[in-house]
Amino acid sequence: MTDITSENTGRPLAHAVRNILLRWLLLALLGLFALYYLMPLFVMLTTSLKSLEEIRTGSLVALPREVTFDAWAKAWSGACTGIQCEGVRPFFWNSILLAVPAVFLSTLFGAVNGYVIAHWRFRGSNLIFSLMLFGCFIPFQVVLLPMARVLGIMGLAGTIPGLIFVHVVYGLGFTTLFFRNYYVTIPQELVKAAKIDGAGFFRIFWSIFLPLSLPIVVVTVIWQFTQIWNDFLFGVSFSQSGTQPVTVALNNIVNSTTGVKEYNVDMAAAIIAALPTMLVYVIAGKYFIRGLTAGSVKG
Amino acid sequence: MFTRTTFAAATAALLMTGSAAMAGPKAEVLHWWTSGGEAKAVAVLQKEFADNGGEWTDMPVAGGGGDAAMTALRARVLSGNPPTAVQLKGPAIQEWYAEGVLADISDVAKAEGWDKILPPAIAKHMKCDGKWCAAPVNVHRVDWIWANADILKKYNIKMPTTWAEFNAAADKLKAAGVTPLAHGGQAWQDATVFEAIAKGILGADGFRKAFVELDTATLTSDKMIAVFDQMRKMRGYVDDNFSGRDWNLATAMVMNGEAAFQIMGDWAKGEFMAAGKVPGKDFLCGATPGGGFLYNVDSFAMFKVAGADRQAGQKLLAKLIVGKNFQKVFNLYKGSIPVRTDVSLDDFDVCAHKSAADMAAASADGSLLPSYAHGMALRSAQSGAITDVVTAFFNSDMSSADAVKALAKAVKNSL
Amino acid sequence: MAWLEKHVPKMVLAPSFAVILFFVYGFIGWTAWVSLTRSRLLPRYDIVGFIQYQRLFDSPRWDTAISNLFIFGFLFIVISMFLGLFLAILLDQKIRTEGMLRTIYLYPMALSLIVTGTAWKWILNPGLGIEAVVRGWGFENFRFDWLINPDYAIYTIVIAGVWQASGFVMALFLAGLRSVDDEIIKAAQVDGIPTLRIYSAIIIPSMAPIFLSAFIVLAHLAIKSFDLVIALTGGGPGYATDLPATYMYALAFSRGDIGQAASSAMVMMMVVFAIVVPYLYSELRAKND
Repeated sequence: MTDITSENTGRPLAHAVRNILLRWLLLALLGLFALYYLMPLFVMLTTSLKSLEEIRTGSLVALPREVTFDAWAKAWSGACTGIQCEGVRPFFWNSILLAVPAVFLSTLFGAVNGYVIAHWRFRGSNLIFSLMLFGCFIPFQVVLLPMARVLGIMGLAGTIPGLIFVHVVYGLGFTTLFFRNYYVTIPQELVKAAKIDGAGFFRIFWSIFLPLSLPIVVVTVIWQFTQIWNDFLFGVSFSQSGTQPVTVALNNIVNSTTGVKEYNVDMAAAIIAALPTMLVYVIAGKYFIRGLTAGSVKG
Repeated sequence: MFTRTTFAAATAALLMTGSAAMAGPKAEVLHWWTSGGEAKAVAVLQKEFADNGGEWTDMPVAGGGGDAAMTALRARVLSGNPPTAVQLKGPAIQEWYAEGVLADISDVAKAEGWDKILPPAIAKHMKCDGKWCAAPVNVHRVDWIWANADILKKYNIKMPTTWAEFNAAADKLKAAGVTPLAHGGQAWQDATVFEAIAKGILGADGFRKAFVELDTATLTSDKMIAVFDQMRKMRGYVDDNFSGRDWNLATAMVMNGEAAFQIMGDWAKGEFMAAGKVPGKDFLCGATPGGGFLYNVDSFAMFKVAGADRQAGQKLLAKLIVGKNFQKVFNLYKGSIPVRTDVSLDDFDVCAHKSAADMAAASADGSLLPSYAHGMALRSAQSGAITDVVTAFFNSDMSSADAVKALAKAVKNSL
Repeated sequence: MAWLEKHVPKMVLAPSFAVILFFVYGFIGWTAWVSLTRSRLLPRYDIVGFIQYQRLFDSPRWDTAISNLFIFGFLFIVISMFLGLFLAILLDQKIRTEGMLRTIYLYPMALSLIVTGTAWKWILNPGLGIEAVVRGWGFENFRFDWLINPDYAIYTIVIAGVWQASGFVMALFLAGLRSVDDEIIKAAQVDGIPTLRIYSAIIIPSMAPIFLSAFIVLAHLAIKSFDLVIALTGGGPGYATDLPATYMYALAFSRGDIGQAASSAMVMMMVVFAIVVPYLYSELRAKND
């Protein structure tokens, strides 16, 4: 946008210089912030590449003298998470089995709910929306115990479907919010015209709203996937052996009460456990842009 | 008629195979020993369990000294699906029993003669209403003082036997530019130092009055003020960056010669050993001044579960836990000492020998004391309230007189 | 058929609504009930009155926790919102490396705080991290010891919290910036309106729903900040960085004092209610007009 401003002014050269300076300032600022965001990752990465001996004796925030990948191998398949010492690997599958359906279902419900609240208002629909929103604020510590009881009654205690259920329930508020706020920006006239053409509730959703939804689906998926993948509290409370998600395994590797701490393995395990989310960010980021470009072509 | 008999026969056959498959003892064990030596130690138990035909399902949940595990436990109990055996300790065992969810393992205890082989003070923690409801695993001594041998030699300092000696040594070290005390500023570590001082200054009876009986007169006594005064002195002996430090980093400071002493339970020994240090040569272990012995006993409680296989699993597990072999192997890994007094200590190091001798002596003269900081003496609501005051005092400039008042108030509020 | 057509939206919304009603409001009701009992290890249901609330307000630790919530919540929300918007605007200037930068700003959300907390702890620790490094460069008097200072430690929680959440806010705003109609912006540029003014007068006001989303996301994170505190300071020094969520958790699960935990949860929800509801109300009303 800055380059367009220059086209409209009388002295192109001075403005070109100013623009270049501004551009550099901009890049410097962005770079500075990038440093702030990267700092902890730097510490984690360097630590994961050190030997325990070096961590014990050297500075904690220095580059490794000798790079070793032992900690990564151990974190993936050798670190103890209790009596089994197979690293975080076996727990990955549980997390995927849990996160994928939960993200899909909560996004789907959020889209439909948001569509209703934005374009099919009825008496009380805004009240319902407010109640759902306020539900976002309930502290999860509060719901643990009654939820445990309910899951027990439903026969879902300690199972993956139980965990999926919990995540979908407490994700609804957010997904609905995201879709509702996105769909209100779509003009009412569009819906009215479609209704006149005889299209029904689902048809309008399917052929008008869904194709426009990519950016918000991406945002919602990022949010839900991050929340569900990184959740520890529900994961630890509503699982049993065999269904524990990767955060519980990570916690078991990292937290030893009275044992020797292997910081390099901890850090490597943390980065490994975060890889799927990061992958989602990289891939989704791309579609994010593509979706937006597609939208702007239409606009 | 014919069909009915066939059906009955088929059912019977099914039941038989069913019970045959279920014959082996089973146990799902919730614990928080997930890494390093601790995990190896639990693996010993698992192996022994399997060797005796048992099927072990592991349910490890680490974090916060068992906080996360306790969260999971509550959820499991409320959902009607409790684990078979759970790592529990101190008065929490009796609390869970009072909720009506613990199983009785008295028959195992009787058959194995636990009454004869366990020190009475420790056996008491394993009983609920006169029945055995938990099996003890080990004894950690909490009131240890660890020292860097080279530093002590260089400044000609002996292991302190009174708090005055400790202060003199610390002043000398501080003047020489050495950090006297390696400490991590986390609430439970503050509490660990605090109770070691309290044991020394209040004596065994005073300690029991204050931290087991919560006697207001003792909690507000001049001696308690003296305990806080010493605590304030300790604050002057730690380095500037102690806040939030993990205990093992504090141990590393002693190891690397950055600090002279650390007050910490005997799990710190494992950290020294892992770095290849030799007790008595590279580092020294001594009891904190003032006699007595503060214990922290880990144990497993058995929850009420359905199914003969799982109940058999509980009995087998209880039997193995107190068994001689497990007691020895486990404690070698864990850095603690066996609970039963008849296990040979030949393979143990000098610190463990000292621990065992001191425990026997303390047991004889009545100064074997439960650690309040590690949840052996009080319900956690009460010990937590005390720790809140201790850590607030240590991290501010509160006066000792105010601290004592706050202590009495917090204890009253926690009841 | 017409009837069906008319009621389909309600029927579609009904299951979600029913679920929320039960699992959010039902459970709040359950918590309110338990807060009136003497529940310890496990919930009990015989009501004894408001004793848990008395105990709660007698606890100096709770005072600290609630005032920390205000300090932390306010700073965290304002700074993350501002930083997120600022970064989104910068990134919107047709930056070639946008994809990479966006991922860098966003990744903190991906990492579990169980471990990033340790990294932050080292960075903020004066003996190991920033202070030590800057002093190593020759600035002997440089001080950055907030982490170990009971009066300032809560601000280190803000630093790490902003680090984690501002990237997501940036993504929200970026999506918003991009969905503003290009034609309007082009028209404004043709009229010679300066870029800054285009942002402040045209683009930002048109993103009101995004502000609502960002606020809800941030407020939710602020209230539930739990891992952050546990991993970074463990509530210390002393209990200087305790938040209601950590207080509640400690009482319910490590101290076996469920009754008091429930009362603290109720007070916390009332505080949230008092702040969030007026905001929601004004936002939603503005939409309807």
